[in-house]
Amino acid sequence: MPSDTLTSTARTDAQISGLDALEIAGREKEISGGTRVWAATWPKLAALAIVIAAWQLVVWSGWKPPYSLPGPLVVGRELLTQAQGPQLWEGLLTTLRRAAVGYVFSVAVGLLLGLAVARSTVLRAAIGSMITALQTMPSIAWFPLAILLFELSEKAIFFVVVLGAAPSIANGVISGVDYVPPLLLRAGRNLGARGLNLYRYVIAPAALPAIVAGLKQGWAFSWRSLMAGELIVVGISQTSLGAQLTYSRELSDAPWLLSTMIVILVLGLVVDAAFGAADKAIRRRWGVLDQAGQ
Amino acid sequence: MTSTTTTPGSATTAVALSDVTKVYGRGANAVLALDGVSLDVAPGEFVCLVGASGCGKSTLLNLVAGLDRPNGGQIALAGDASPGLMFQEPALFPWLTVDGNVEVPLKLRGLPRAERRARVAELLRTVHLADFGRTRPHELSGGMRQRVALARTLALDTPVLLMDEPFGALDAMTRDILHDELERIWSERKLSVLFVTHNVREAARLADRVILLSSRPGRIIYSTTVDIPRPRRIDSPEVAAIAAEVTERLRTEVGRHAE
Repeated sequence: MPSDTLTSTARTDAQISGLDALEIAGREKEISGGTRVWAATWPKLAALAIVIAAWQLVVWSGWKPPYSLPGPLVVGRELLTQAQGPQLWEGLLTTLRRAAVGYVFSVAVGLLLGLAVARSTVLRAAIGSMITALQTMPSIAWFPLAILLFELSEKAIFFVVVLGAAPSIANGVISGVDYVPPLLLRAGRNLGARGLNLYRYVIAPAALPAIVAGLKQGWAFSWRSLMAGELIVVGISQTSLGAQLTYSRELSDAPWLLSTMIVILVLGLVVDAAFGAADKAIRRRWGVLDQAGQ
Repeated sequence: MTSTTTTPGSATTAVALSDVTKVYGRGANAVLALDGVSLDVAPGEFVCLVGASGCGKSTLLNLVAGLDRPNGGQIALAGDASPGLMFQEPALFPWLTVDGNVEVPLKLRGLPRAERRARVAELLRTVHLADFGRTRPHELSGGMRQRVALARTLALDTPVLLMDEPFGALDAMTRDILHDELERIWSERKLSVLFVTHNVREAARLADRVILLSSRPGRIIYSTTVDIPRPRRIDSPEVAAIAAEVTERLRTEVGRHAE
């Protein structure tokens, strides 16, 4: 009997290994790094080429005089000149500093607010819908009030940036906590996670994808609010990117205006790509990408 | 958990339910899910609960696991560890590796790092997944995930295992092998198992005792001891005979709801 059990165990072992090997076979798809980078890059390069070509065609068509719509070559040369002078970099630095301060503060407010609302039914009833209402308010509509409250100052910009970004972040936290699969909560509780530990081991990581989505949306809002603010609240001594846009328009310096726009666009794209990468990394880890067949 | 009393050192029963009643909803909409269920699981006993839909099988497990409270009656557990619970879904944490998943209950119990590592390795060997510690749940097959879930539940070091149709979503071949695995682990670790299934053959294959619950309200209407020597095979005539007998009773019970 013992030898019988032994052979049956050995047989089961072999069956298990065989079944496992069969079931997970062919799931790995290895693509070399170079190929992947190229596959991700060429459509973007193609899109850029198309945009520049279209721009050049419009300029050549003579639709607008060159002093209001200069061609890509002129703007490119202006961009190079700007990159060699201090003005662009000082503006960039000012704008980035404002963005960072406003965003970090929004994240802190949004996370705390979101967590508080997600936890307490009273708070949810009281301010849950208010957060959504705040989100529907175009941030530029806050500026008149902000200027009345803080005058033409950085504080006014900061105020609007936070009002624009914090609700999105809070909403991300709330929906993340709300949509934690109940099964995972039950499993976590059964494994001994209660109270704070349940947040640490189950709720926070399960909500992370939604929280990152909220952070991304919050960034988009704060970036838009900041640009609007810098266009409106000029006259402060520092020349931010937004102020440079206003000045270049007032001076009818179209190449300067367009080159500043390109800087703003690139900046936005870079930050967006960073968020996109974080989002993708999380979804890959969580196994969401694989299930979607990517 | 007011009605769940713990009786430490009880040698005769691992799980003792006496006159447990559970009602969902209130007033006219109230549904009596469990009606006076009394049931003892002896230490080291493998008990299968069988019943048609709506018989309150899962309700019963939730009550024993302490995830829900009964409206009446007593639930007593031997020892001080809460029972481990397994679901039809593996319910693994997708953000953790296989190692990380098995480690969660060990972390929550405050075990030091070195000990946790050793325990995780030992548990994964037990479920034949020693080489898969660094993979993520979504990279594994359904059967493998369920084995990770088993290892994670075993990490609780609890003598009582509650299983809610854990193999219901698996194909027959995988299920067959997991029956062998569960039987081996159960006997090696001298676990007491309360196993819910609607698959009568599975119950006859695994159980020391098969208990049939009626539907709406859930009551114990039949209980039979399975004396077939182990290891068993699901396609053996003895298992089939027990299964046929239980199926007959189950059909009668289902037919009662036709009117």
